[in-house]
Amino acid sequence: MNRVARFLDSDLFWSFRTSPMAVASALVALVCILGAVLAPWLAPHNVLDLASVDLMDAFKPPFTEAGWTLGSDDQGRDVLSAIMFGGRTSLLVGICAVLFSTVVGVTLGLTAGYLGGTVDALLMRMADVQLTFPAFLVALLVDGIARAALPQEVHERIALGVVVFAIGISTWPQIARTVRGSTLVERNKEYVLAARVIGLTNLRIMATHVLPNVLGPVLVIATLNLGLAIITEATLSFLGVGVPPTQPSLGTLIRIGNDFLMSGEWWIAIFPGLALVAMVLSVNLLGDWLRDALNPRLR
Amino acid sequence: MVAFVISRLLQALPVLLVVALISFALFTFVGDPVAAMLSQDASAADRENLVRLLGLDQPWYVQFWKFISNAVQGEFGLSYRLSRPVSSLIAERAPATLELAFCAAAMTLCIGVPLGIFTGIYKDSWISRLLLTVSLVGVSLPIFVLGMLLILVFAVQLGWLPSFGRGETVQIGWWSSGLLTASGLKALILPAITLAVFQLTLITRLVRAEMLEVLRTDYIKFARARGLSNRSINFGHALKNTLVPVITIAGLQLGGIIAFAIVTETVFQWPGMGFLFIQSVGAADIPVMAAYLLLISLVFVVINLAVDLLYYAVDPRLRAQR
Repeated sequence: MNRVARFLDSDLFWSFRTSPMAVASALVALVCILGAVLAPWLAPHNVLDLASVDLMDAFKPPFTEAGWTLGSDDQGRDVLSAIMFGGRTSLLVGICAVLFSTVVGVTLGLTAGYLGGTVDALLMRMADVQLTFPAFLVALLVDGIARAALPQEVHERIALGVVVFAIGISTWPQIARTVRGSTLVERNKEYVLAARVIGLTNLRIMATHVLPNVLGPVLVIATLNLGLAIITEATLSFLGVGVPPTQPSLGTLIRIGNDFLMSGEWWIAIFPGLALVAMVLSVNLLGDWLRDALNPRLR
Repeated sequence: MVAFVISRLLQALPVLLVVALISFALFTFVGDPVAAMLSQDASAADRENLVRLLGLDQPWYVQFWKFISNAVQGEFGLSYRLSRPVSSLIAERAPATLELAFCAAAMTLCIGVPLGIFTGIYKDSWISRLLLTVSLVGVSLPIFVLGMLLILVFAVQLGWLPSFGRGETVQIGWWSSGLLTASGLKALILPAITLAVFQLTLITRLVRAEMLEVLRTDYIKFARARGLSNRSINFGHALKNTLVPVITIAGLQLGGIIAFAIVTETVFQWPGMGFLFIQSVGAADIPVMAAYLLLISLVFVVINLAVDLLYYAVDPRLRAQR
């Protein structure tokens, strides 16, 4: 049997197929991801191209004109297109941040669990200290400090990277702790002892033997972290300290729209907000389903 | 007990020291305070005088010590943005944040804990399922989107409640309270709900998980075997043991509320410390940022310490180990 057929026949896929909630949220997530990734080709207007934006098109209400389904904002940008391009930035930052925190968390957790001793004590103490602060606050403070400490032109160039770093660094302890816990269990199993007996290096044992066996729970946390990372990015951008205005994300769009909420142009902020909620909710539901599916004890 | 408190304090100290070091580094290495204070045509001698006057020619550990001793006395210098002492800026805004956080925390605990208990006991009823689904939406709803929706409905469409500010406040000594006037209370409703909802959904889920965990234990099965009433099992046996972890959760909630107050305050232009911090980040106002950083770390260390001590007081197993 090839890999695809094996996957289609697996318990995991069966539990996916039989859970309407999981299928529905996967569909919504797929629509969000496709809409964001294919924005340059699918969006009715290219909002990043300033030459194509006309002030005469500003403040069109939604559902009134073909080609402007969700209305237009104060600059004459199409809201639907802006959402698709904004979703691109949101997803990009979210996925990069989760990858970053997962790599850092898995590496440190594996090292702490496998080596034990002083390294373990030191790393876990660091994690404990960071866990006393909420992740959002850590991200905000790291981002704020970087903003103040870096010269402005440097910061503008690497702003996206700074946000990814700030969000990523705020969630590593959780992953590190989980990985450390599973590593402590795996470390004393016979295959690890066998690998040690034949003289493999610690690095090799950790990377090729222990790592694949501790990744299961990480997958669940990473999925749930993706929803969290997207929210954190949107919140930072809403506060005006996130991604640069040249690469607007959903949070940036909501911040711009927020200024027009009182004057009745509600669609500029509300539609990006709904898109954000749809994206995060579908990712969270998928994460919830994955957690239950991989952990039969909970059922 | 005393040894426990001392060991906890010793653990908290390095955290504060690291945060102080970061604040100090921000203060010292970001920007050039001398250039900002000197006039355009100052000579090199003027500059040297000022450097000596400010103590900037001293080694860094001497400067750091001075920074710490000033910070302990609440002295953080002048805000670059507003040219006023940072300490008075923060003292002015603290009551707004504390009143908001207190109301949100009260709302969270008074609604979240009972909901968690209910959904834990009746885990299969349709009301519980509905509540859980709603709570998942709550977790996925960014706090600023919720705030905006509330403003749109209750301030813009219905016009019942104000959308920004604190309303009228009453001055009691240095504390300005919005809790004593009608307009102050009305202004508090939307921000407090916004801040509470996310924490509420979290605490409901956590209490429920805890309750389910306890209801699965052997002593509950034994209590059922003895034929005790559901009421006495749920509230006499299960609830008591559920509440121990809830103390930790409540501590974390308070931390979350303080962190997310920054967002809520920005949405509602609530004149608190969080809004001040965001404005300071935007303007690279280092003294205010450094002060806020230290203050909020202190708050978190104190909350964690209090939670540890409460835990120790509530759970007899911890005392027996020592």
